[in-house]
Amino acid sequence: MIEIDRIVKDYGGRRVVDDVSLTVRRGELCVLVGPSGSGKSTLLRMVNRLVPASSGTIRIDGEDVARLPPEALRRRIGYVIQSVGLFPHWTVEDNIATVPRLLGWKPERLRARVAELLDLLRLDADAVRGRYPHQLSGGQQQRVGVARALAAGPELLLMDEPFGALDPITRDTLQDELARIHRATGTTILFVTHDMDEALRLADRIAVLRDGRLAQAGTPADIVERPADAFVHDFIGRSGRGLKLLSIRRVGDVMRTGETAPGEPIDADAPLSEAVSRMVEHQTDRLAVRDAHGAPVGAIALADLVSSR
Amino acid sequence: MRRQRLTDPLLWATLLLAFLVLAMPALGPLFARAFPAVDPPVWSRESFLMLFLSHAGLVAASSLASTVTAIVLGMFVTRPAGRDFRPLVDAVAAVGQAFPPAAVLAIAVPAVGFGPLPTLIALALYGLLPIVENAIAGLDGVPGAVREAAAGMGLSPLQMLRDVDLPLAAPVILAGIRTSVIINIGTATIGSTVGAVTLGTPIIDGLVASKPAYVLQGAIVVGLFAIVADMGFARLDRHLRRSAAGR
Repeated sequence: MIEIDRIVKDYGGRRVVDDVSLTVRRGELCVLVGPSGSGKSTLLRMVNRLVPASSGTIRIDGEDVARLPPEALRRRIGYVIQSVGLFPHWTVEDNIATVPRLLGWKPERLRARVAELLDLLRLDADAVRGRYPHQLSGGQQQRVGVARALAAGPELLLMDEPFGALDPITRDTLQDELARIHRATGTTILFVTHDMDEALRLADRIAVLRDGRLAQAGTPADIVERPADAFVHDFIGRSGRGLKLLSIRRVGDVMRTGETAPGEPIDADAPLSEAVSRMVEHQTDRLAVRDAHGAPVGAIALADLVSSR
Repeated sequence: MRRQRLTDPLLWATLLLAFLVLAMPALGPLFARAFPAVDPPVWSRESFLMLFLSHAGLVAASSLASTVTAIVLGMFVTRPAGRDFRPLVDAVAAVGQAFPPAAVLAIAVPAVGFGPLPTLIALALYGLLPIVENAIAGLDGVPGAVREAAAGMGLSPLQMLRDVDLPLAAPVILAGIRTSVIINIGTATIGSTVGAVTLGTPIIDGLVASKPAYVLQGAIVVGLFAIVADMGFARLDRHLRRSAAGR
């Protein structure tokens, strides 16, 4: 659990983070979202003390980070940045093994861990482990960057716009991968982005920042359905709010249990936006719904989309 | 592989240098024909091997001193603690370069006497600037993202220097050492005016006694020495870049 308690950062007379308090529960994926200059990256970098806080405290599982030696603290926290920052003179394997090696792991354990991580990030271990960063695509580099951050099994992962420099398709894929890895590892993740769609897609909880202050914190549904003020409302998007609502709600939440419909069924955990898309594509107003195991569980009608909740 | 080795220009330049250093007297008839007035036709107060070894020793010792000093200075002024000293170091190194080596010799001789020592001092000072400049440029040029990621993973400042900064700056620093050494191979010749034994000794003797053959003999060996050293550095640079870029 991360408790950010009344944290402040002043840079040369300017307050870039202003009295922010935020709690991230263990295992949660919390997204800090806001425009450029909102202080989200600074806030993130105060957690691993790359930026010293001016006042306030940050506690990880009750431990004040300011009381820990910075190097020891950082070796417990994974860190992923937009520009990746792989060591260009080290192989993929050596890059991933950086923190475990600093922690003094034995070579056999290191090798096994690297293979496990490459597998987790869906990289071909035999093909990639001996390569150098410049021999990889941008997407592969960031996969290695994430693997490196996860190498020593950190209790917390900090990600600073990790997919911001990737093309839309690669970004899309890596967002899915991150969601999968988050489910598989249960690591607490603090994720910075300026992209509200990315935030809505990934977050368990979203904290919207504006001019260094916390504008609103809540679940994606809270933020979209009940924006705290005009700024949050605008930041979600002046138009297309309805579509964003559809993208955060799941088919399973509004379906009619036990009913059936003809045609290819849709997954119960698919977003409602996917259901709309299917209905338009197949020119129908009813879809069958199946559960994660493929068994039919109900149906969804066009009317359910607008009357949901 | 074998053919490659035989056509290697570094090999041939080195062999030619070795031949001139070891067998200069054998070229006596050649020089006698070109400069009939010079007698003996080949400078012979000492062996060219002796001159070469002394010359190379002076260059090596002074370059080692300026390399170590320059890298330490470069590391210092690119750390947070030493950042304020950077303009000062830049200025001092520039002055060292602007000061003619002959003037350094003139000042050093009354202080430390004749012999190799004033030459060593002059060469070390003169060779400092290119290495300091390149050390600072190389350390500054380490990508910010790499340092950011390294710091974020918990590398200590010392580990950062050893594992990230120095290996990534190495090719640029080496280029500075290369420039410095090549300049000093040429500059070391003037050490002969204050009693150091260098390949400049036949040049000075030849100038004093109006015997151009001696000037030529000294100059050819110095020039070839500089070429061989430069080619050697080029070779080293290729290896270093290959490992720094990861190939």
